[in-house]
Amino acid sequence: MLEIEELTTDYGPIRAVDHVSLEVPEGSVMAVLGANGAGKTSLLRTLTGLVRPTSGHVRLGGRDITRLPVEEIVRAGMAHVPEGRGVIAELTVQENLRLGGLYRGKAAAPPSEIYELFPRLEDRRGQPASRLSGGERQMLSIGRALMGRPRVLLLDEPSLGLAPVLVAQIMSLIRRLADTLGLTVLLVEQNARSALSIASRGVVLNLGRVVAEQDPQKLVADDQLLHAYLGF
Amino acid sequence: MSVLRRALGASTLLRSLTLVLVVGLILLILSDSLSAYRDLQLATGAYYFCVLAGLTVLAGSSGQISLGHGAFMAVGAYTVAKLGNAGWALVPELAASVVVTLAIGIPVGVTASRLRGPYLAGATLAFAVGLPALADKFPAFLGGENGLSINPPTPPSSLGATFPLERWEAWIACAGALVVLFVFYNVTHSGIGRSLRAVRDDEIAASLAGLRVGRRQTLAFVLSAASAGLGGGLLVVVTQLATPGAFPLQLSLTLLAGVVIGGLGSLVGAVWGAALLVLLPNWTNDVASSFSLSTNVSHNLPLAVYGLVLIVAMLLWPSGIQGGVRAIATALRGVVASRSGRGRSDGSEDAGANILSVRVSSGAGGAGGGGKPPSET
Amino acid sequence: MTKFIDLTLNGISTGAIYAAVALALVLIWRSTRVVNFAQGAMLMVTTYIASAVIGSGGSYLLGFVVALASGFLLGAVVERVAVRPVESAPPLNAVILTLGLYTLIVAVAGMIWGNTPRSFPAAFSLRGYTVGGTTLLFTPNDTFIVLVVIAVAVALALLFRGTSLGLRMRAAAFAPEVARLLGVRVGRMLTLGWALAAMTGSLAGVLVAPSVFLGPNSFDPILIIGFVAAVLGGLDSPPGAVVGGLALGVTLSYVSGYEGSALVPLAALAILVIVLMIRPTGLFSATRERRV
Repeated sequence: MLEIEELTTDYGPIRAVDHVSLEVPEGSVMAVLGANGAGKTSLLRTLTGLVRPTSGHVRLGGRDITRLPVEEIVRAGMAHVPEGRGVIAELTVQENLRLGGLYRGKAAAPPSEIYELFPRLEDRRGQPASRLSGGERQMLSIGRALMGRPRVLLLDEPSLGLAPVLVAQIMSLIRRLADTLGLTVLLVEQNARSALSIASRGVVLNLGRVVAEQDPQKLVADDQLLHAYLGF
Repeated sequence: MSVLRRALGASTLLRSLTLVLVVGLILLILSDSLSAYRDLQLATGAYYFCVLAGLTVLAGSSGQISLGHGAFMAVGAYTVAKLGNAGWALVPELAASVVVTLAIGIPVGVTASRLRGPYLAGATLAFAVGLPALADKFPAFLGGENGLSINPPTPPSSLGATFPLERWEAWIACAGALVVLFVFYNVTHSGIGRSLRAVRDDEIAASLAGLRVGRRQTLAFVLSAASAGLGGGLLVVVTQLATPGAFPLQLSLTLLAGVVIGGLGSLVGAVWGAALLVLLPNWTNDVASSFSLSTNVSHNLPLAVYGLVLIVAMLLWPSGIQGGVRAIATALRGVVASRSGRGRSDGSEDAGANILSVRVSSGAGGAGGGGKPPSET
Repeated sequence: MTKFIDLTLNGISTGAIYAAVALALVLIWRSTRVVNFAQGAMLMVTTYIASAVIGSGGSYLLGFVVALASGFLLGAVVERVAVRPVESAPPLNAVILTLGLYTLIVAVAGMIWGNTPRSFPAAFSLRGYTVGGTTLLFTPNDTFIVLVVIAVAVALALLFRGTSLGLRMRAAAFAPEVARLLGVRVGRMLTLGWALAAMTGSLAGVLVAPSVFLGPNSFDPILIIGFVAAVLGGLDSPPGAVVGGLALGVTLSYVSGYEGSALVPLAALAILVIVLMIRPTGLFSATRERRV
């Protein structure tokens, strides 16, 4: 579903993404791991089009989306839940959700579907998003991304700042979405263990380069690797 | 010779004195060889330089844009006019114009140091429009719409009976400009200048490093107000007239254009700017008459040019002429250095010595979404 | 007593105009974080265009509509061509750019139409209402002014809060990058924001032109006072702009009536400074300062 071929992104003299090649099959979860500054976020931002790659290709469902503007990439079916959640604090929960589906028009999911997934959000639908807790914001940003019925979901550190119980809930939810909706998920995480627990495949980045790509069980077992690149 | 060079290198004071002496000599010789009309232009350029020097130091060094300096010119001008009519001599009345604008500049400067960007611009805009309107409020004291006029300055008899008035006016104005040059050269090249630039580049870091941000910015503002006042005082000495109509909002915008085209923060740039302000109206008049353009057009042409200057400078050339010159110099140095195998010099202090080429903060950034490197929204 | 009532009513009418200008400034600030110092010049041009239409035989209504339409267009063009490049630059660049636009537009207007102010027709009668035996300083035209401005403000509020388009525009203004990730065409929304804002400004122009006369610099005080009103209400807050405009209009009316019109700009400046010292983000804005 998602093919990344020799993708390279430079910020001036700094190479943030270095000839990354990945293939993410439909309906699977790929965990992208690495320390701070390894290039995980830059990779996602390049995929979504917020940043222009220097070279390489990105294909979504066979279609080359490499140099399209962000709005077109989103319409092609790629949703990105950014680092920090990106919840628009000035808008209400309902408005945030509606916003997520506008570009799909009639084909968008009805908010009720999202509220079924996240009943807590329905309780707070009229409140400004600024009042939500960290966990609720994460639910909102994922729910908002799902409004557009995307084919690919990019998640940037969803566990950041959340209590372990919530992290586990979010992770199992992501797994469920991939399994039931056939959603293809690229999950960027520093919390390697929880990400690997739901992933079908794991990738480790360092200095923008792929240094390991493995089945998650093997990655979890590889203490040397985890220690070298992820610090534990 | 090398002893002299070392001494000059070490002491900003010495350097500035030398600079003033050299420039003063050049101006002296220049004014002798110019016609009366050109001498008048030299005088005009000199008093514009007084204002522009202060403005450019204010904007380029501490990042404050003031649109109110036309009003400070008015204050200085009216001070000299009132005192001149009361019989004061030349130097005291000019000194008084500096003192009065200093006094007014302090509360304004304190207020201004608390305001940022567009708020400061808007407030100084209101100041520029509001202050000259006072002339209507106190018509008896300030002469109302017709303003105040004074007698022209008489050259001292030691210079001879046939010494042209215009040259004398040029000498006076240039003397004032040299004083301003001396003061601001010392300010920009000293610790004060460095701390101002630190404040401009990153206010938070500067205050965390212990700099009294507010005080520095007030100082910059007050000094620039005083030099604008001097400029206004010199304007009255040269034109012998102070009216509210001479200090409209357009004047402050004209000054801004002069500062921008010269490069914010650059004293040499202030010279370019002053030259522009003096020569452009004549040039547009010539263009207008050679193309037989209507008075509407010729009357508004200088302002149109100033507006274009501001727009084009922001779109294409944020560092102004002087910044452009600096950028070319830096590039040349880089070419020479890389040719000879040495590493490239970091031109960031040069190019960055101008607020407009430094990205101080991310302007319209939205929430979320960011890795550490800058994004291309 | 009648003087006080007259001044109050007059203040409401001028306040409505300040509210419209303030609204224009706030809309632009919200969407692009730029104070449009050229707003006064832009609305001056559209008023001249309306004057030309009316002068060549068109009805007042036609001139009115043309003014608003040309304001819409002018706002879109200015944003796309001149302001877009500086939207991500340091704020100083945008300040200087809009000031440059102001200078250029005023100069060009002077070239085309001359610097002598001319008259501009009012929509309705300029004869004050008579209550009891006294004639008030408030005219049917003033009623029109107040009603139109309120109507436009309400219409804009409905647009922003009640429609998908408004939602997109707000998202583009509050969080442009996130909005892009949600498929919002942020650039178009910003242009639209400027277009609507400039249209609101043009409204102020045609409404105030009968009393200030139409000249290249006639609208300068309106811009400055509109800016003060916008800051007073909070540059982020459209309702604040309306309230700020009305409050300022009434206050300045008293200043003008009791102290003379020469003091009005300075009074506005004093109010501006006081507000900025007390609450730098304005009286009605959310307490959260968006930038450090």
